[in-house]
Amino acid sequence: MWVQAEVFLQTLVSGLLLGGLYALIGIGMTLILGVMKIINLTHGQLMMVAMYLAFWLFTLFGIDPYLSLLIVPPLMFAFGMGIQKFLVNPVLRVESILPHNQVILTVGIGMVLQNLATLFFTSDYRSIPVGYASTVWYLTDLWRDSPVELSFSLPWVVSFMLAVVITLMLWFFLAKTDTGKSIRATAQDRDAAMLMGVHVGWMRVITFGLGSALVAAAGCLFIPIYYLFPALGSQFTLIAFVITILGGLGSTIGAILGGLLLGVFESMTATYVGMGWAPAGRFVVFVAALVFLPGGVASLLKRRKLGK
Amino acid sequence: MLEIKNINVFYGDLQVLWDVSFQVEPGEIVALIGANGAGKSTTLRTISGLLRPKSGEVTLDGQPLHSLEPYDLITLGIAHVPEARRLFVEMTVEENLDMGSLRGPAKLKRKETKEMVFSLFPRLSERRRQQSGTLSGGEQQMLAIGRGLMGLPKVIMFDEPSLGLAPILVGEIFEIIKRIREEGKTVLIVEQNVRQTLAIADRAYVLETGKVTMAGKGRDMLNDEHVKAAYLGV
Repeated sequence: MWVQAEVFLQTLVSGLLLGGLYALIGIGMTLILGVMKIINLTHGQLMMVAMYLAFWLFTLFGIDPYLSLLIVPPLMFAFGMGIQKFLVNPVLRVESILPHNQVILTVGIGMVLQNLATLFFTSDYRSIPVGYASTVWYLTDLWRDSPVELSFSLPWVVSFMLAVVITLMLWFFLAKTDTGKSIRATAQDRDAAMLMGVHVGWMRVITFGLGSALVAAAGCLFIPIYYLFPALGSQFTLIAFVITILGGLGSTIGAILGGLLLGVFESMTATYVGMGWAPAGRFVVFVAALVFLPGGVASLLKRRKLGK
Repeated sequence: MLEIKNINVFYGDLQVLWDVSFQVEPGEIVALIGANGAGKSTTLRTISGLLRPKSGEVTLDGQPLHSLEPYDLITLGIAHVPEARRLFVEMTVEENLDMGSLRGPAKLKRKETKEMVFSLFPRLSERRRQQSGTLSGGEQQMLAIGRGLMGLPKVIMFDEPSLGLAPILVGEIFEIIKRIREEGKTVLIVEQNVRQTLAIADRAYVLETGKVTMAGKGRDMLNDEHVKAAYLGV
């Protein structure tokens, strides 16, 4: 009995730790979706680029990936702003038969990034040999009489905590600063925001930068616990997409809950169905969300708030 | 003060406004009346820069507005309370008011202006932390007006402020507009509620299929045979 509970709790813990990082990825995509009304299908590729940056910072200069959190996200912020300003904005102005040609543009950017990465860095799997990679804490170390034994991998816990801190910082920015409020206002009603004196074009650029910086931060947090290869981008674009659908398009809290949910679900699938089945579990969640909860987690929250 | 000179405005190839001209003097309440689709909202949207006139000009105290970016207009002292309120429904009452004072000197005076708005609309003060989408229709309109006032405008434009409100609230909104004028603001109002609008307006212009067809004092218009037949249903 205790053994089963132990397995379950351990799975839950791993799922939540993974989910925290997923949430960070999902928030970036959902922010861009909210303001631009487009799905950024190069989101995972941006994370891949960020991970290579962190990888080379470590390999060439010995900068710890957690320390590169101070370097890589700002660089990717600028990179994201550039994508919006020089690639997406010109496409926005084109009248075309395809209503969402910006989305197709993001797919193209993703392909270019992935192939450039393959060209320069080969498709080898890489990882960073950080000293603390296999450090583990045990619950019994902290609580001697605990009836169950759980293990916590140090880099997973640190990455999760940092993801929480970054999410809180983002929340503060969006809730308390004028720029943050302007971003939310642009997402809710573009014309009304313009009447309030919001420079909507600039908000788009900032938002794309912010979304890129967030996923870049997630990349820095992933690299001590994950391996890196160019095609990892498309895998994470899909994950971000599933989280965004699961959370309810454009909702930040939805993306957080969606990320946690997906993390737990994948972890459960891996434990109880089989290691290789986690991606399958991901798509079960995706289809189930589309069929049974089209508005995502956000629609549940909204229903409660309005008392319906 | 606010002068609109021969503007021609198009939606794509479709011309909506034809040589529309009128002006609003300091301290006046000026009304634009007309049927659905006559171009009233289009006129306001052109003044606030959401639409560009193909020709003609819009000036405020002699300064041309039609060449400015819409997000800079608010700093010149023009506020637009849009049709259907267009609140930021997922933000609180207070955040919506903050959004009204993003730019220029209004930002520095945000706290004082907010207290002024709350004293004008005590009900908003009680609900300052409530999400604006959950307010009643009347409260939402008050918030939209309050948000417009937050920018410390010289000219405030109202687009259908009484739309969808219960008759008792309609009266309240018109009282508030009168009070706003008494506090020294200039008002341009677009309304389908012609009788009540003409009662508070100093002057009015009639817009028909994108052209100004009549101009005159508010009270005179109330007694005009054409206006009576077309808009007052008498």
